[in-house]
Amino acid sequence: MPIENYLILSGILFSIGALGVLMRRNALIIFMSIELMLNAVNLSFIGFARQLGDPTGQVIVFFVLVVAAAEVVVGLAIIVNIFRAKDTVDIDDIDVLRG
Amino acid sequence: MGSPPILAVLAVIVAKALVVIVVLLTAFAYMTWLERRLISRFQVRIGPNRVGPFGLMQPLADGIKLFFKEDFVPAGADKVLYYLAPGLAMVTAFTAFAVIPFGPPDVQLFGVPLFQISNPNAGILFVLAVTSIGIYGIILGGWSSNSKYSLLGALRSSAQLISYELGVGLAIVGVVLLAGTLQLPEIVKEQSGFFFGFLPRWNIFVQPLGFLLLLIGATAETNRPPFDLPESEQELVAGFHTEYGGMKFAAFFVAEYVNVITASGVATTLFLGGWQGPFVDQFPILGPLWFVVKIFAFAFFFIWIRATLPRIRYDQLMDVGWKLLVPLALLNLAITSVIVLIWPSLGGGS
Amino acid sequence: MPTLNQIIFWFFAFTAVASGIVMITRQKPMQSAIAFLVTLLSLAGLYLLLDAQFVAILQIIIYAGAILVLILFVIMLLHSHSGEGSTSKVPLQRPVAILLSLILFGGSIYLFASTDFGVASTPPSDMGTAQNVGHTLFDKFILPFEVASILLLTGLIGAVVLAKREREDSSNDAH
Repeated sequence: MPIENYLILSGILFSIGALGVLMRRNALIIFMSIELMLNAVNLSFIGFARQLGDPTGQVIVFFVLVVAAAEVVVGLAIIVNIFRAKDTVDIDDIDVLRG
Repeated sequence: MGSPPILAVLAVIVAKALVVIVVLLTAFAYMTWLERRLISRFQVRIGPNRVGPFGLMQPLADGIKLFFKEDFVPAGADKVLYYLAPGLAMVTAFTAFAVIPFGPPDVQLFGVPLFQISNPNAGILFVLAVTSIGIYGIILGGWSSNSKYSLLGALRSSAQLISYELGVGLAIVGVVLLAGTLQLPEIVKEQSGFFFGFLPRWNIFVQPLGFLLLLIGATAETNRPPFDLPESEQELVAGFHTEYGGMKFAAFFVAEYVNVITASGVATTLFLGGWQGPFVDQFPILGPLWFVVKIFAFAFFFIWIRATLPRIRYDQLMDVGWKLLVPLALLNLAITSVIVLIWPSLGGGS
Repeated sequence: MPTLNQIIFWFFAFTAVASGIVMITRQKPMQSAIAFLVTLLSLAGLYLLLDAQFVAILQIIIYAGAILVLILFVIMLLHSHSGEGSTSKVPLQRPVAILLSLILFGGSIYLFASTDFGVASTPPSDMGTAQNVGHTLFDKFILPFEVASILLLTGLIGAVVLAKREREDSSNDAH
């Protein structure tokens, strides 16, 4: 299976994730779309690692996982706080800078 | 020596998996019987003794009863997820058993080890991965039922499982450090031989703290009493499977008991020397027997503490998980690392 | 006659794309999350095809077992209020979003199609095992590893601070 197939798949998934971020207004689904974009990039890293026969690409995916975990924890805490203050997770309703 | 025909290899693998599934289902049925009989003894009752000798046919009667129950879906339930949840719980419960070796790997047919379904390089990590998928069965079951008791049960169990998985994972790392591999048959082989000529070289004597932590964590992860908060009858009716009946309830029930068996299997493999026992070297066929004996000991232990200990409060549960289990597991890990560093001969790693 | 590898690739590729589309189109966040779980699992399958079994297992343990469970936890906590308002405040949001992501998709495809990646090397036999990835990680990336652990610690403390401030607020409200 040539690496182009994996890269194109990764491109499709990244575009789907970007579409989710642009199109949806539910903060939680936007959050998952961002995760999907991270995963698409991970796939291309793994593909390149296989192509070059070098595990460095896999190590980078490991770091992406760590960053994603930290990001999710803080992001979800923020979403929960916003929900408690404004009773919504629709990002169109969250349009003032003061809490 | 030519390579064996691919069809024969496939047939051996499929037969192996089928036998393990059938054995696990039978073990599940008789574990429910054993649990009811034993708890009756503990509580000075008699227990089910009407169907067959000693009530041995009771699981069959229960199964037939559940099979003929009405198949219903609660109003407002998310139908797809409602049906998906018990299946997911059951499938993951069986899958986790796939990497546990229940006999010596030297017993082979067409070059396929007979006493283990699969031996991936990631070994024990595979068990952790599959059990973490198993959480979804509980979460989906609780959420899709559209009932507050189910939802609360699912919320509790997901919090509990995440919290205790951490402690269990860290306790397992100690054993992995000593063995220098993630593959379960290698970990078992590492535990062969004796200390001082009589004490088996099992990890339970090298890592007593790790064993204790794994035991507590496994009890919590399988939702057994005293950690059965997700389905505490007095508060939540039945927790996440309140709205399930008939065969869908049976699927959750199977998953729960198979998880107990798998957890016992993991504990046996990591800490009690797996299939090892007297005369296994001469007669490898004895391996599975010793393995079953050890699993039975764990099953008895789980039933015993269910009959003995009262359920703990939810805040106590979280306190034990985060403030006791995780720090102790970290301490255990630190001590093990230092010892392996000082005496590399103890550890198998390079 | 497609090989086994090709069949597995197309199967996982198709499930990944299909579940990704399902994820961004569902109204209920819970259904999106389950679709995302399917995407994560099929990606783990693709990693296995690419000789990355350790990362595949990590993907399941960390992404499916921890990150997504956390998201589900929040979805259940917010429960019925987590839908979207009826009307969008941004005009033409949907068509513009689709257009932009199509441009992104086209650009990336053009990039991949116009680059010559050469012939795939033959990976070492232990490629992607825990030992192999671990040695690379600790031989070459020990500083990033430590930085990552500090990042995790920061995230941990950040989450506790965010949650804790909220609790004090609510207790003040109660009094």
